[in-house]
Amino acid sequence: MKRIQVGPFNRVEGDLEIGLDVDAGRVVAARVNSPLFRGFEQVLVGRDPADALAVVPRICGICSVAQSAAAANALSRLAGVAPPPNGELAGRLVLAAENLADHLTHFYLFFMPDFCRPAYVDRQWHGTAAERFTAQTGSAVAPWLQARARLFNLAGFLAGRWPHTLALQAGGSTKAIGAGERIRIQALLREFRAFVEERLLGDRLEAFAALPDADALHAWAAARNSDAALFLRAASDLGLDAIGRGSERFLSYGAYGLFPAGVWQPDLTVDPLDPAKIAEDVSHAWLHGDAPLPPAQGETRVAADKAGAYTWCKAPRYAGEVVETGALARQLVAGQPLLRSLVARHGGNVVARIVARLIEVARVLPAMEDWLRAIEPGAPFCLPAPLPDSGHAVGLVEAARGGLGHWLSVKRGRIERYQIIAPTTWNFSPRDAAGTPGALEQALVGLPAGDGAPPTVQHVVRSFDPCMVCTVH
Amino acid sequence: MKVLWLQSGGCGGCTQSLLCHEPRPLFDELRGAGIEFVWHPALSEASGEEALTILDDCASGRREFDVLCIEGAMLRGPNGTGKFHLMAGSGRPLTEWVQRLAERAKWVFAIGSCSAWGGFSANTPGNPLEACGLQYDTDTPGGLLGKAFRSQGGLPVVNLAGCPTHPGWIVDTLEKLAFDGLTVHDLDEVGRPLLYAEQLVHHGCPRNEFYEFKASAEKHSDLGCLMENLGCKGTQAHADCNTRPWNGVGSCLKGGYACIACTEPGFESPGHPFQETPKLAGIPIGLPADMPKAWFVALAALSKSATPKRVRDNAVVDHTVVRPGVKKGGK
Repeated sequence: MKRIQVGPFNRVEGDLEIGLDVDAGRVVAARVNSPLFRGFEQVLVGRDPADALAVVPRICGICSVAQSAAAANALSRLAGVAPPPNGELAGRLVLAAENLADHLTHFYLFFMPDFCRPAYVDRQWHGTAAERFTAQTGSAVAPWLQARARLFNLAGFLAGRWPHTLALQAGGSTKAIGAGERIRIQALLREFRAFVEERLLGDRLEAFAALPDADALHAWAAARNSDAALFLRAASDLGLDAIGRGSERFLSYGAYGLFPAGVWQPDLTVDPLDPAKIAEDVSHAWLHGDAPLPPAQGETRVAADKAGAYTWCKAPRYAGEVVETGALARQLVAGQPLLRSLVARHGGNVVARIVARLIEVARVLPAMEDWLRAIEPGAPFCLPAPLPDSGHAVGLVEAARGGLGHWLSVKRGRIERYQIIAPTTWNFSPRDAAGTPGALEQALVGLPAGDGAPPTVQHVVRSFDPCMVCTVH
Repeated sequence: MKVLWLQSGGCGGCTQSLLCHEPRPLFDELRGAGIEFVWHPALSEASGEEALTILDDCASGRREFDVLCIEGAMLRGPNGTGKFHLMAGSGRPLTEWVQRLAERAKWVFAIGSCSAWGGFSANTPGNPLEACGLQYDTDTPGGLLGKAFRSQGGLPVVNLAGCPTHPGWIVDTLEKLAFDGLTVHDLDEVGRPLLYAEQLVHHGCPRNEFYEFKASAEKHSDLGCLMENLGCKGTQAHADCNTRPWNGVGSCLKGGYACIACTEPGFESPGHPFQETPKLAGIPIGLPADMPKAWFVALAALSKSATPKRVRDNAVVDHTVVRPGVKKGGK
């Protein structure tokens, strides 16, 4: 048996190292190392509670608004104030813009370049893939960057800028748009719809979102030449719909009032979400601690030389179980038929994770058009939300990559404790005290690896769209 | 011109912001100017060993490159080991890679305030990560590379401060270097390119009329000036945010919230809540750059007494309730 360290594992957000035990050309065990520690939970302690809104976006440059939304959500609950409808809609639009941009940045810049590798030069689809998706120079890259930049103009209107806005507040949104600005944002959404329909899908959003099952998806892909169709044909050829199974359980905190919260179970049912079942184990992290702690009592204390540890990442568990989170989890919990069909045979897999993001683009963009129309110029966007001197609150939101939670305690007007569990903390968690590997660690077992192996490990790792800066924070 | 990019104790937001470059998509803009990435952690195909080979070749002089761009703070802890960030696959501290590469680079750019000044940890009591910037410990020269450091091209570290950086700040500075060269005369006292840092955020602020009359916002989403009550430092912060739009149309002020001076060393811990203005006897402590206090007090009193009703009423609501008057006959 051979042990190899793969890194820097690039084209993810942040730095990532994967340790693989390889025997006879196959992975027999994997260890995920999140190698960067920044200590944001300590940085927050002692500050004014509202300062979290300036600090937490800077945890992550790619999920910055999601971090803002989680903090604003926690502070809203602490204040006991709900944002007015306009503020709620504006916040949702900015978060959705970030999430959709992240889904397709992942697709075009992070994930697809692996199909251009020389290892696939004999495949029938390789020439087209290389022409479209080669990193930085492929013909799909510039149109995507253009579409992305234009979509983020929505954040320019509604949040001043992206990333790192202070527009999302406990009481709503600081930016009240008028009827003229609403017209201009509508035009941006039409422009983005055109990109998605013409380049990515080659079909109407509504038609793609209505595909009922795996067979219909394959027939759809065979009938067109869009970027999504090219991915699906290459992925079928490589068998990526049968690999990358992680956990049997999928967690969603619920998003946009559109997708419900819940935990998808191995028997294909959905349990209601109970945040009290969440606890974090630190047995394999370079952190002090004994028994798993619920995040409301969580600690983050460095133990850099701890024996047996191999990452800075904690191991969150739901009712003691490993769960996967992300677009696939959101869609499974929401009962989306195509995704349920795609996981029925092989569980969570590379194709299902990518298709879940595409389905979300197709489902969320029309909802954004509705939210924008529902904004009433002239009605309030933000209400006063004075914070109490002491108290506890939780903010749970869905970032692009899955459930993001902030657990906040305030004492005598200062932050006493701030604990964060990010999506990739779940997906890339290390082993827990029982030795149970995290979702990605399970997904890698059995894959080809080592000298001369195809880039299968790369596909599986990137199918989770990891955000490593969020993971440890 | 060849650019090598590494990330450490930051959020990756400067890269994400860079990808928002407009009007031309980033890679087309750079390619047109003859600028290419030797390697970038988020954007290059090469991974694992291939990537380490590129980095090692650059660090040992076997492969030439021009600009070393570093995004994120330099984490020297715990206890000087650099273990808070060992570069994946290499087992070596990121700080060590940066030191090796900086010796070979013709120019070194600190991308963002973390890399320039040290980031949040450096501004948290006790600096638990032993963090610093490339050539500064917050506002004190030094940092990882030391006060005396000069790159092969003869310049100190170029500090593209900002949290995040505007895509134009990076692209314009790279292009200035590629086409005109870059000298110390192009940088301000703390190494920031004058092409964006010779302005104040205040310049071109859309709330300027409210500022003139000291018609102040009282709560979030109000249209008025954010300086008196809501923590705005636009009159002191060096950047062109209100003349160079963010994301096509925006800026912090246009978004309805305060400038927190994210291009300045130490912005992370201002000594007061970010969104509140500290005052002494009712007067903001942080006065506009270059303005004597007595003048400011006199001017504020005068302008407050002369505030038109339109400006006063609009300052404390989230949309215009009194429109500018229209003169009959167009005169």
